[in-house]
Amino acid sequence: MEELLEKLLQAVEFGKVDFKSPYPPQLKGENGAYELTIKALESGVGPQQILENALVPAMDRVGKKFSENKIFVPQMLMSAKAMGASMLQLKPFFTSGEIKTKGTFIIGTVKGDLHDIGKNLVAMMVEGAGWTVIDLGVDVPSARYIEAVNNNPGAIVALSALLTTTMVNMGEIVSDIKANLPTTKVFIGGAPVNNDYCQKIGADFYAPDPQGVVEHLSKLAS
Amino acid sequence: MKYKSLIITNPEDLIFGIAPNPVKTRRGLEIGGGQVYAELNFTLPVMSINESTLPQVYEHYREIAEGALERAVDLNSKGVVLELETLLEMTKTPWIGIEIVKVMNEICEKYYQKHGLASEIRLTPNDLREFERPAKQRTSQYLEPMMELFEKGMIAGGDLLSIESTGGKEVSDDALMNCDIKTIVFALAVLGVRDMQFLWKKIFGLASQHGKIAAGDSACGFANTAMVLAEKKYIPRVFAALVRVISVVRSIVAMEEGAVGPDKDCGYEGPFLKAITGIPISMEGKTAACAHLSPIGNIASACCDLWSNESVQNIKLLSGMAPTAYLEQLEYDARLMNQALIAGTVPSHILQQLLVASDVYTDPQALILSPENVIRISKELIKGDSYVANARNGAITALDIIEEALASGKIKLSEMETAYLPILRDELESIPESESEFIEMMLPLLDQSKFILSEYGL
Repeated sequence: MEELLEKLLQAVEFGKVDFKSPYPPQLKGENGAYELTIKALESGVGPQQILENALVPAMDRVGKKFSENKIFVPQMLMSAKAMGASMLQLKPFFTSGEIKTKGTFIIGTVKGDLHDIGKNLVAMMVEGAGWTVIDLGVDVPSARYIEAVNNNPGAIVALSALLTTTMVNMGEIVSDIKANLPTTKVFIGGAPVNNDYCQKIGADFYAPDPQGVVEHLSKLAS
Repeated sequence: MKYKSLIITNPEDLIFGIAPNPVKTRRGLEIGGGQVYAELNFTLPVMSINESTLPQVYEHYREIAEGALERAVDLNSKGVVLELETLLEMTKTPWIGIEIVKVMNEICEKYYQKHGLASEIRLTPNDLREFERPAKQRTSQYLEPMMELFEKGMIAGGDLLSIESTGGKEVSDDALMNCDIKTIVFALAVLGVRDMQFLWKKIFGLASQHGKIAAGDSACGFANTAMVLAEKKYIPRVFAALVRVISVVRSIVAMEEGAVGPDKDCGYEGPFLKAITGIPISMEGKTAACAHLSPIGNIASACCDLWSNESVQNIKLLSGMAPTAYLEQLEYDARLMNQALIAGTVPSHILQQLLVASDVYTDPQALILSPENVIRISKELIKGDSYVANARNGAITALDIIEEALASGKIKLSEMETAYLPILRDELESIPESESEFIEMMLPLLDQSKFILSEYGL
């Protein structure tokens, strides 16, 4: 059982989606995350165990390697795809409530801004860390963040911006969220913002990179 | 592709300040006519743009233009280009952008009349169409305000017309993050080319109607995004270098439709365009570190005709306002290059070689920009019968150059980088010469919910 979970962990860590996928070369001819998850479930491994002992630690390793500049984003994306293949098999257990994620994380690029590369990376890493991610996309006004939190009480909200002329919209959105939902935690990130700005606009947390978001979320969840 | 041979075939002739087809402007600049001018780029500090802040917005642009031109006069500048790259609100509501052009043009005219300082405004409306996903490149509601800004803005004094158009960006964004070179070729050489043909017919038509200059279009959202991502260590540098080469077949379409340069600063595809078409180009390097980091600080200037800083906020520095300080930096760089040109062919070539040598083997993105390599790659970029074939052949040649430099020990790359070389070669070699075969190959592999084929005339 442990061997199976270790194999699954490696498949996700190195981005082996399924048997057919050619990537990574060293796992050619081996089962991928898709087949290994089916096997694990058939062998009686619990879905929560699959999530906690294989998928989340695999993505944790991937996140650490990325933050140490040992892999590029494409490798991280392959790992996310492998995890997605596994999660597809676990979906019924999420629906039935047999397994639970660590919480809900709502993310979007603020209104007036279309840049989404950084936001997408954060979303992927947070999902890999075992959170339910709701990605609102780009050019997102206050009302959509608030609506999403109302639909997912207790969710954490993250705002992204790349431009100096759109980062000012973060302040407005944070104020709107806090006025309507005072207990909601709001994270901010993006090239022009920093911790001082985070404090100035009344947001709760700033991270300079995706791994910083994941680490802070882990502290909140523990 | 219209171009079948290179205008510049000798690497030494791919040099700063001199373009085979220089561009003369209303107030007397001759860009590429024997000297380098500064091109100053700027943006607002952190602030909102709305009705109540508009007076401050206009004041910022007045202050930027006044400060820069005053400093240019003090430094005995021979001429300056000011680029107004509009922000969302200024294009969506074109009269805001037009008013800013008016404010800046009045100052340019004042300095021309009072001091004889030649200056022009490059007007670069931002491409609003990317605000719709999937993008409606040909039927977007945003085309009208963009074109209104182009037309009324050029009448107001924005003589040099440019854009960083975004056709194909909805496909390339993911491809960049996945290092998917085939999809990059599809985004740039199929979608990008078609959108450029559509858009530049319009821009050139308006420019001709009003006697203005259709300048050029940089693949900023594609190749510069790749460079910045590589600088952040998100994607391999070798991949970013190839994206740059592929972007040439897309950006050259502006020239095929009538644009004459100066090509835009953030288009590091400029040297290839200069070699192929002979137009003057704007480039940015070490003095653009205020906007983004790059591995090509010196080499970028080796064949520039305008020397730019990409963008700087109008904030106070110890010396003065940041745009004024950057104008001074650009002027001193231009002054050095111009002094070399005055001193003659030998000193000019020595400076060109030093600018190249100081960067060339430090990064694959610098390597492909050495004049020798630009000429070698450019030959391949025009050889084939389709944009797709040219993109593929240019990228394979760039890959050859990188591998040769690696084998000779001149360039050092990490194992993380070199691991991508065979993957990229295999992918590129699998691309057929025929565009229709390539499209047939790619369509089943792409997420077609992300783009609308008919918006590209497909």
